[in-house]
Amino acid sequence: MSREYLRQLPTHQREQARQTLAFRLHLDAPLLAGLLAITFFSLMVVYSAGGEDTGLLLRQGIRFALGFGCLFLAAQIPPRVYQFWTPVFFSIGLIMLVLVLVVGTEAKGAQRWLQLPGIGRFQPAEMMKLATPALVAWYFREKTLPPSTLEVCVALAIVLVPALLIGKQPDLGTAILIAFSGIAVLFVAGLSWKLIISASTLASIAAPLMYFYVLHDYQQRRVDTFFNPEADPLGAGWNIIQSKTAIGSGGIFGKGWLNGTQSRLDFLPESSTDFIFAVLAEELGLIGILILFSLYFFVIARGFWISLQAQNLFSRLLAAGLSLTFFSYVLVNAGMVSGVLPVVGVPLPLMSYGGTSIVTLLFSFGILMSLHTHRRLMG
Amino acid sequence: MRLRDRQRETQVIRTRLLLSTLIVALAFALLTSRMVWLQWLQHERFSALADQNRIQSQAISPPRGLILDRHGRILADNQPDFSLALVPEQTPEIEATLASIADIISLDEEQQESFRKQLQSRRRPWEPIPVRNRLNPEEIARLAEIRHEHPGIQIRAEAIRHYPYRELLSHVVGYVNRINAEDIARMDEATLANYSGTHFYGRSGIERQYEHLLHGRVGYRQVETNARGRVLRELSVTPPVPGQDVQLYLDIKVQQAATAALAGRRGAVVAIDPRNGGVIAFVSEPGYDPNLFVTGISVRDYAAYRDNPDRPLFNRAIQGQYPPGSTIKPIMGLAALQNGSTDWQYTINDPGIFYLPGSSRPIRDWKRGGHGRVNLEKAVVESCDTYFYDVSLKMGIDQISQVMRFFGFGQATGIDLPNERGGIMPDRDWKRATGRGGWFPGDTVNTSIGQGYMLATPLQLASSTAMIANRGKALVPRVSVQGDVPEHGEQFDIDASHFRRMTDAMEAVIHGPHGTARGISRNLPYRIAGKTGTAQVFSVAADVEYKNLNVAERLRDHALFIGYAPADHPTIAVAVLVENGEGGGSVAAPVARQVMDAWLLDDQGQWLNPAAEVSL
Repeated sequence: MSREYLRQLPTHQREQARQTLAFRLHLDAPLLAGLLAITFFSLMVVYSAGGEDTGLLLRQGIRFALGFGCLFLAAQIPPRVYQFWTPVFFSIGLIMLVLVLVVGTEAKGAQRWLQLPGIGRFQPAEMMKLATPALVAWYFREKTLPPSTLEVCVALAIVLVPALLIGKQPDLGTAILIAFSGIAVLFVAGLSWKLIISASTLASIAAPLMYFYVLHDYQQRRVDTFFNPEADPLGAGWNIIQSKTAIGSGGIFGKGWLNGTQSRLDFLPESSTDFIFAVLAEELGLIGILILFSLYFFVIARGFWISLQAQNLFSRLLAAGLSLTFFSYVLVNAGMVSGVLPVVGVPLPLMSYGGTSIVTLLFSFGILMSLHTHRRLMG
Repeated sequence: MRLRDRQRETQVIRTRLLLSTLIVALAFALLTSRMVWLQWLQHERFSALADQNRIQSQAISPPRGLILDRHGRILADNQPDFSLALVPEQTPEIEATLASIADIISLDEEQQESFRKQLQSRRRPWEPIPVRNRLNPEEIARLAEIRHEHPGIQIRAEAIRHYPYRELLSHVVGYVNRINAEDIARMDEATLANYSGTHFYGRSGIERQYEHLLHGRVGYRQVETNARGRVLRELSVTPPVPGQDVQLYLDIKVQQAATAALAGRRGAVVAIDPRNGGVIAFVSEPGYDPNLFVTGISVRDYAAYRDNPDRPLFNRAIQGQYPPGSTIKPIMGLAALQNGSTDWQYTINDPGIFYLPGSSRPIRDWKRGGHGRVNLEKAVVESCDTYFYDVSLKMGIDQISQVMRFFGFGQATGIDLPNERGGIMPDRDWKRATGRGGWFPGDTVNTSIGQGYMLATPLQLASSTAMIANRGKALVPRVSVQGDVPEHGEQFDIDASHFRRMTDAMEAVIHGPHGTARGISRNLPYRIAGKTGTAQVFSVAADVEYKNLNVAERLRDHALFIGYAPADHPTIAVAVLVENGEGGGSVAAPVARQVMDAWLLDDQGQWLNPAAEVSL
């Protein structure tokens, strides 16, 4: 696309990149190291939170193995393939979202699952977590930045359609996260400050209206609980009180691995899934949390770096978008568990037990590596 | 142009990426500060909360103190009992479980109903609810077989109260039964904490009076539990402090003798050691079996007691109020001597009939034809009513009631037993206050022979007799050696020679040729001073509903006797009441003698030196 751009890269980095084995395998060694470190952390804490259940540990290990397999495969696929298929995947995802609302399987009062014959249960929203930011990036692939107002409107439409469909399931948490992932791309693309400020003003006005007219009862309760967990200490507030207790009682150095009382004695609900952050905080203390935060920050920053190094707009925007999406999961989960954000059912990325999210997330990191390691070939 | 756009584009993205990095860094900084707040600054608070979650304090109930007689014989102790309880949280099908339990052990509808009632009431989660007590080994084995199907079944060993003497001591030792919501509501904070592991509470008698000594101090076991309340391990134990034993002045041998002497008749016997006020025997017949009450008396058993016309649950010794009859004549005589209304020389002529001044209505002496010439000594020995009619009018009701009150009538003695009644010592104020109008000379005359309005408990009779034995020194009867011993002390203000002559007259009641209780003096190796009495039964209203009973029997006079022995150095004062027993000398006095024999003689009927007797 642009020789000039390639020439802008520092020479030593190009040389180094050519030499490493990892690069030839289309893997980014620093990112892979960060992800493996988080994986190690996850296996350690899941083992403890699950009550030293080796079966559970094994299943989590298999899931990670599968995830890293996907990562490797995803990294081999050149970015132009992603770019080419993005609209197709988005469209398929959208169709499935509609199908979910029509013929989806209900669980816990929400229709989220699609029963696929021969494949099993499938959550289309999971796919949209990747497809939505990808389509926004795709949309801007040939555009001049910063985007015009019309372009912003189109991008917002791309974001809002899946978000609203998912919100209708209803799965407010995922809807917000998907909206965020698309808007994150828009932000990196240079969304004007005027729009950002007016939109956030609008949002702060809309939020209370949403609360009263859009949210379901159980969603309203979660918000109520967030503002006043002590009002219902044995009901809705239990989770937050117990997770704060787990975190706070961990102290600076923690109670030691396998020694958390809140999680091991079942006071902490969902300890191996949504509230695994509290288990880590209880057993490994502030030190453990700081290490985890550092790993997360490193992985996200590496994503930004890849975005910076990317050679075309699609790659840049997609790399930044995926990194910011990953960040948003960390923020929402850690914020929820530590009691600064409302309770939404979002797992701690790459830490929580189970779900398809480990595979999807590692797949997205595979895309990031692909974007980074195919640059030379593009020239 | 195109190239410039690309550069600007790169610039935009660079700026935004830098901004994003800053935002992410800021977000992590905020999250970190939140974690510092929770894990560093608020660490102690949350540590305490986490400990509160996992560490539970389980109360260990202290073993209840024993109740002993004066020789250390056990009157109430604790025996292991196996009981069946259900944990509702572990029993999904409660009714079905109850049904399968009822299939293999005896479990009547009443016990099931009681379980359901407790299930509905407020309770701690995971607390087992008792289903049945007193499982026998065979039942325990059968329950063990179905236990795996019903994880909520618990077989617990607990110590329950046992009363080896059963009916014999029911009215003095009392009983414990299950602690109830009212008991708990009455407790203050500290007491409530002390009872957190306790299942039984003193309900009557000594068990209730000395609950604070018998109970002891609760112990605690700190255990770690999970969120479902399951105990995982024990962290520490503070052992309970056992309840204090309570020793009584009571002598079981004398108690048995007194009960045997009543021979199944309704009545009461109270024996007090005048030297210290200690209660040697305390009998109210019939009694009941306190063991039936401990784990909850069945409706049928309770109905049997409640509907029994002999009222076995009624404590005649401290709650039965009877006209004291002639038994108060010695005190009446002392009262007259004290204010000079009579002296030992004063003599009346008793034709058997007495007229109040200005009245033509005859008031009769119990003895038809009268006693002839009567002085104070003869009036006591032969129990002449007319003499006291005459003298009482001279001294007046004010003097009578004042002296009678000194000897403990008209108010509770303050014995260490609950629910004591005070009887009635009528006077002008009492009569007006109770709406009976003004005081008439006829009221005074009636009072002088312990009839009319006057009522006294058998305990008051025993206590006043002990004061006579003490030559007028006041005392407060005590059942237990423990507890606060009240000051004994005030002395009745009268010349000592008057006292001596009065007690001589009381000795003549038994040992004199004309004494009303001379029948008990045969083969008596010691001397008794005493006084007989019969009390008219004015009303049988309370008993009328028992139509199948011989009502005439219930209209007969109550037989009374008071006395002390040995007459020169008294160590026992006794009051006997036999309901509808008629003869004070013939029925009540022999009971008193058997009680005194049991106290003063050994098993071979040989005289025991009272100085050698254990004095508590």
